[in-house]
Amino acid sequence: MRITLNGQATDLDVDPAKPLLWILRDDLGLVGTKYGCGQALCGACTVLVDGQPVRACQTAIADIVGRSVVTIEGVSGKVAEVVQMTWTKLDVPQCGYCQSGQVVATIALLNANRKPTENDINDALSGNICRCNTYHRIRAAVHEAAKLLEA
Amino acid sequence: MNYFGLAPLARHLQTTRRSFLIGATAIGSSLVVGFSAEADVAPAAAKPVANPFVGYVQIAPDDTVTIFSSQMDMGQGIYHGIATLVQEELDADWVKVSVIGGFGNTALYGNVPFGGKIQMTGGSSGTASSWERYRRAGATARAMLIAAAAERWNVPIGEIKAQNGTVSHASGKSTTYGALAASAASGPVPADVVLKEPSEWKYIGNEALPRYDSAPKSSGRQQYTIDLREPDMLTAVMIHPPLFGATLKSFDASKARAMKGIVDVVSTPRGVAVVGTGMWEVMQAREAVTVEWEDDKAEKRSSREIAAEYRAAADKGGEAVAANVGDVDAAFAKAAKVIEASYEFPYLAHAPLEPINAAVRMNADGTLEVWGGHQMPDAYQAVAAKVAGIAPDKVILRVMKTGGGFGRRASVDSDIIVEAVATAKAMGWTAPVKVQWTREDDMRAGRYRPAFAHKMKAALDDSGNLVALRDTLVGQSIAKDSFMEKSLVKNGVDVLSVEGMANQPYAIPNLRVDLTTTTSPVSVLWWRSVGSTHTAYALETFIDEIAYAVGKDPVEFRLAMLKDKPRHAAVLRLAAGKAGWSTPTPAGRFRGVAVAESFHSYVAQVAEISVDGSGRPKVHRVVCAVDCGVAVNPDQVRAQMEGGIGFGLGAILKSQITLDKGRIVEGNFDGYDVLRIDEMPSVEVHIVKTSAPPTGVGEPGVPPIGPAVANAMFKATGRRIRILPFANSENS
Ligand code: FES
Ligand code: FES
Repeated sequence: MRITLNGQATDLDVDPAKPLLWILRDDLGLVGTKYGCGQALCGACTVLVDGQPVRACQTAIADIVGRSVVTIEGVSGKVAEVVQMTWTKLDVPQCGYCQSGQVVATIALLNANRKPTENDINDALSGNICRCNTYHRIRAAVHEAAKLLEA
Repeated sequence: MNYFGLAPLARHLQTTRRSFLIGATAIGSSLVVGFSAEADVAPAAAKPVANPFVGYVQIAPDDTVTIFSSQMDMGQGIYHGIATLVQEELDADWVKVSVIGGFGNTALYGNVPFGGKIQMTGGSSGTASSWERYRRAGATARAMLIAAAAERWNVPIGEIKAQNGTVSHASGKSTTYGALAASAASGPVPADVVLKEPSEWKYIGNEALPRYDSAPKSSGRQQYTIDLREPDMLTAVMIHPPLFGATLKSFDASKARAMKGIVDVVSTPRGVAVVGTGMWEVMQAREAVTVEWEDDKAEKRSSREIAAEYRAAADKGGEAVAANVGDVDAAFAKAAKVIEASYEFPYLAHAPLEPINAAVRMNADGTLEVWGGHQMPDAYQAVAAKVAGIAPDKVILRVMKTGGGFGRRASVDSDIIVEAVATAKAMGWTAPVKVQWTREDDMRAGRYRPAFAHKMKAALDDSGNLVALRDTLVGQSIAKDSFMEKSLVKNGVDVLSVEGMANQPYAIPNLRVDLTTTTSPVSVLWWRSVGSTHTAYALETFIDEIAYAVGKDPVEFRLAMLKDKPRHAAVLRLAAGKAGWSTPTPAGRFRGVAVAESFHSYVAQVAEISVDGSGRPKVHRVVCAVDCGVAVNPDQVRAQMEGGIGFGLGAILKSQITLDKGRIVEGNFDGYDVLRIDEMPSVEVHIVKTSAPPTGVGEPGVPPIGPAVANAMFKATGRRIRILPFANSENS
């Protein structure tokens, strides 16, 4: 089975039912994508599949053959740069464990929508749990990133 | 109340200065500075300890500065705080400063507010414990660098400047800290150093100082225990008993053993471990293991039965007395009016986003490495050694940053350490092993915030004064039957059960707080702000109820009883003022207020809410005032208040762990509901400017939010919510 992973063609010889999350983490050593629930309930494992945010823990590899997967290690471009810079500037992370997922989900949001409203942010990020409850700063950082991208 | 009933903070801060001894040593060409907390203990460098090369600050020839933290960082930012304290005095090149966890030397790392006898992160004491210690470490290192430069250049010490990692002299001579480290290390250690005056601070209180670990945490580069990929390291999941108190009878793993990627299935004192090459493989194989349990002594009650028993016990009055002031019975006999209210609080899971884990490796030289969120390093080192059957000084702890904790990683029985070491040992130390809990394991393996019931009663006189208060609490003890029992349980009262109530702040002439401690195999633990998670809710909603009953403004009513509590009163006034308490609320909005002290920090919050058609609150805005002494990192104080507010809010609105015939119902974030971004209010934090010694902020943001929101709910709906969480079906 072949996918494009962070821009590179990658062949995988694994159980077709194996979730992308464990392929990334255990087979390929890309541990920036996190495990938080395994049931698509927390968003810690969010990656981009053909640009769309997807929960890697509930994505069997067989279902994404031929598609392009981007993980936190591979995000690039203006939006990604601005989002990560804003996250750092506002000191968003506390423990940091959810933030790969938050950052990837935010990049997807801003790629699709350069001027998200409060409701857009809620819709895009309410699937991403932060147990440290950094939500207040995440919201501020999304707005700040949107502002910078406009400029 | 003291930190965990141990030595009072104030006394410690007065005496630490005198009793610190300084040690320094050279390791290779690095300078290492350490202190011992007790005057009768030899300097670290001279004392053979488990890890003699661990001090507080190490300056290497390449100019990197490594700080060894006595406190573990679960996201609360204490590494950043400690780095700030060292940096204030050392003035290194900030981008070259990093922090790792120290361990294995209680004399060095003992928690000062806990009496220096145990290395532990908890009780929001990290900054208080580090305040003198790490500034002095930085100052001593700097003094030794300056002395080395003075000798090398043959100029007077007073003419030398040291800042931003560079030592220089007016003659134009200049060199870096790293280049001087080796000669500094062989020089004499100053007997005492003078710390900067607050007016000279550059880093403490500096809003602009960037948190040093924000960049790796925004790009997936921060490593956690779950990310460990040491050569040949295997992964294991546990099969825990399905009921608390059940024990392993037998298991059949023949099917699992034959599955792809499975290396072994072994029994440990805490359940069966399924070991294999990866998480997916072991999770699947776990389903194929059949286990028989002995459950004669197991908990088999349901939450409703437990709650009914707690209510009955509360009606009877408590078995042990936690506070008894004045004559409560006489005051109630004379009362013009009596108000009563009963409260019920559920078990709560900590549910840190990185589920609990630890990894071990037995090395060829007989040392055992243990990676994890080591919140109680002394205990974990001893337990790991015992389970492994080796000497404690052979255990090397690798203190990892963790994906949250909220109290869960200071487990009094070292649960995950036992599992990881026992698993690797059962496999004959043939491979390094990481034991990783799934979310379901984390939800169902216990160590919950204990369920509690409160029965409160107030006596009012003719003029509406609160003349007597009674509270009977019923719930499990955290400290009982643990190594903490001796210091925390006094006269049958676990101070962690009653903190926030037995020492309630209001001037009430007659007060009685009593406690019935229940027992159950369901294990309990400190959960961010511990006793104050329920005592602040009961007290602050009840006080509010009394204020309305006597027709007084809730802020004024409290202030009138806080005349001898200036720090409570100040944060209450500040929060009320900033929230516009005395101005009309926008249409459809309602305000509630609460104030609480926990861990020597004072926090007041005003919540502004609306209520939707189905009666559910939406919290729009929280104004928070905090007095935590000197704010070492103001932005991190703010971050902890924001986080504490969200954490507490999710719990009171939605979270509960329930038992159905002993089984835990909730297994993941579908059943155990937590706060999400659409429910997070906007938060405004106001920090009181003070020169008081710093106290903690990790926990104190939590207690006031529940009662503040509940009090706003009353304003909006006329209803008092007394069974938590708000979403509990009994409230609808
Ligand atoms: S781990 Fe995939 S959504 Fe939680
Ligand atoms: S920063 Fe800790 S879970 Fe989000």
